[in-house]
Amino acid sequence: MTARAFNVDRVRADFPILKTKMNGKPLVYLDNAATSQKPYSVIDAISNYYRTYNANIHRGIYKIAEEATVAYTDSKIKLEKFINANSMQEIVYTKNATDAINLVSLSWGGANVGRGDHILVSSMEHHSNLVPWMVLAKKKGAVLDYIALDKDNARLSTKSLDEQLEKRPKIVAVTHASNVLGTINDVKSITRKAHGAGAMVIVDGAQSAPHMKVDVRDIDCDFFAMSAHKMLGPMGIGALYAKKGILDSMEPLITGGDMIRSVTHNSYSWNDLPWKFEAGTSDVAGAVGFGAAIDYLNAVGMDKVRKHEKEITKYALKRMNETRNVRTFGLDMKGLEDKCGIIAFSLKGVHPHDVSQILDGEGIAIRAGQHCAMPLVTEILNENALSRISFYLYNKESEVDKVIDAIDMVKKKFRIE
Amino acid sequence: MPIDLYAEDIIMYYEHPHNKGAMKDASVSMHNENALCGDSITMRLKIKNRIVEDVKFEGDGCAISVASASMLTDFVKGKSLDEIERMNVKSVFKIIGFDPGPARLKCATLSLRTLKEAAFAYQHKAVDAETQTL
Ligand SMILES: Cc1ncc(COP(=O)(O)O)c(C=O)c1O
Repeated sequence: MTARAFNVDRVRADFPILKTKMNGKPLVYLDNAATSQKPYSVIDAISNYYRTYNANIHRGIYKIAEEATVAYTDSKIKLEKFINANSMQEIVYTKNATDAINLVSLSWGGANVGRGDHILVSSMEHHSNLVPWMVLAKKKGAVLDYIALDKDNARLSTKSLDEQLEKRPKIVAVTHASNVLGTINDVKSITRKAHGAGAMVIVDGAQSAPHMKVDVRDIDCDFFAMSAHKMLGPMGIGALYAKKGILDSMEPLITGGDMIRSVTHNSYSWNDLPWKFEAGTSDVAGAVGFGAAIDYLNAVGMDKVRKHEKEITKYALKRMNETRNVRTFGLDMKGLEDKCGIIAFSLKGVHPHDVSQILDGEGIAIRAGQHCAMPLVTEILNENALSRISFYLYNKESEVDKVIDAIDMVKKKFRIE
Repeated sequence: MPIDLYAEDIIMYYEHPHNKGAMKDASVSMHNENALCGDSITMRLKIKNRIVEDVKFEGDGCAISVASASMLTDFVKGKSLDEIERMNVKSVFKIIGFDPGPARLKCATLSLRTLKEAAFAYQHKAVDAETQTL
């Protein structure tokens, strides 16, 4: 597929689920921020692993064990290159992004945050990059501060960031792209400022790594978390990137087999990175699938993925803003450069649950609720719940049209203009 | 969709809910939230001689939850605490006239759960296991 022009129909042909129906209607899948669909190549790679070379890694010296070990390591090397890490020693496989963030808050945070220290988080974090820091603050007697949003309720306020950094926090936790507002934060400049104030930086990349080119060395963040299942890969595996020196200084949370170099009856020493953080048998099939997902994204090209999503987001914003009584949240058309393919919206007079239920009847999958970002939705946007559509590389403008038609149906049922 | 969750009467109850509003001098009140979707409800009951004389609810929710709270509050007026204690998920289906399916079950049952918790609280009794599953 390399060097070919982007063709959404050709992409769609690679995803078997897009040929299925939901409630008797062709599936229109617009909940990609929750999880992405999987191409044949990922499904086949996993199935092929189990069918032809399933074996435990790092242990057997027989052929298929070696093949499985190589496949697992290859997957890490693919991810290392995908996000431009220095080496695969900086890539720790976890269960998901949440697990990766918890590894940092519990291990690094547990050792480096103390009473009276400050922890700085943004006001647009997913619970995954918020609750672990709240828990750490409570446990340690540390203070949790928030970077406020600008007046537009879409971007982080630079002024607030600068003010909060004067408290010299130990760590700044910020999302690369918001799963509610769709805002892409300038994590590079946030990192530069945070480092200037002596803070470490953890970037939640759950919504960015799937949709745009990520360069962790350029961002210069200390930690970066992601989930394979949101980027065409399988559920059950994710990754933590961390700078090698930091990982070296961190203690593992989970101990046992595989993460140890040597054990005697009264001593032990940790294994090399990244294995020191991967106790017990790993999700090899998951890693193989993750690697296949990265191959797929590379073949399409992340620039093309981003460009396609920007175009469809622009089209959707235009259609939704033309629809009476629909209100969209986050950046508008003018802020498209800094918005990923996520649009949260409300329909006046109708609860988001009812909107998504009626859309379900039309074969359209969208999300309704607080999107694991309760403080943002209820305390800042002042909504009890929101509807959300989120795109990926296989979505088409005709699917946006179906959403608008279905919203018209909702309005008819609820007798709204 | 096997059944139309948005039949005319559901929309009617949503637009013009019954028994929605405040109540002064309630004998007992109870608040609940559905963390999943952000719905919230407060039930207030006036109880005399173990009979529900009046009931009001307040809150914010989807059409299913508002309609079911409307119909439920109509239904329980004049009922005894014992009758309320015996109500369960099937009672809700009977009152609203359909089974909303697993995805929307909580929307339909949150009002009964809250009402039953209020009834137990009034009697200083622990909430029973069946109510906790609502
Ligand atoms: C911004 C953001 N961070 C973290 C997560 C958590 O991802 P996971 O559930 O795969 O750990 C999500 C997923 O919804 C997300 O959108």
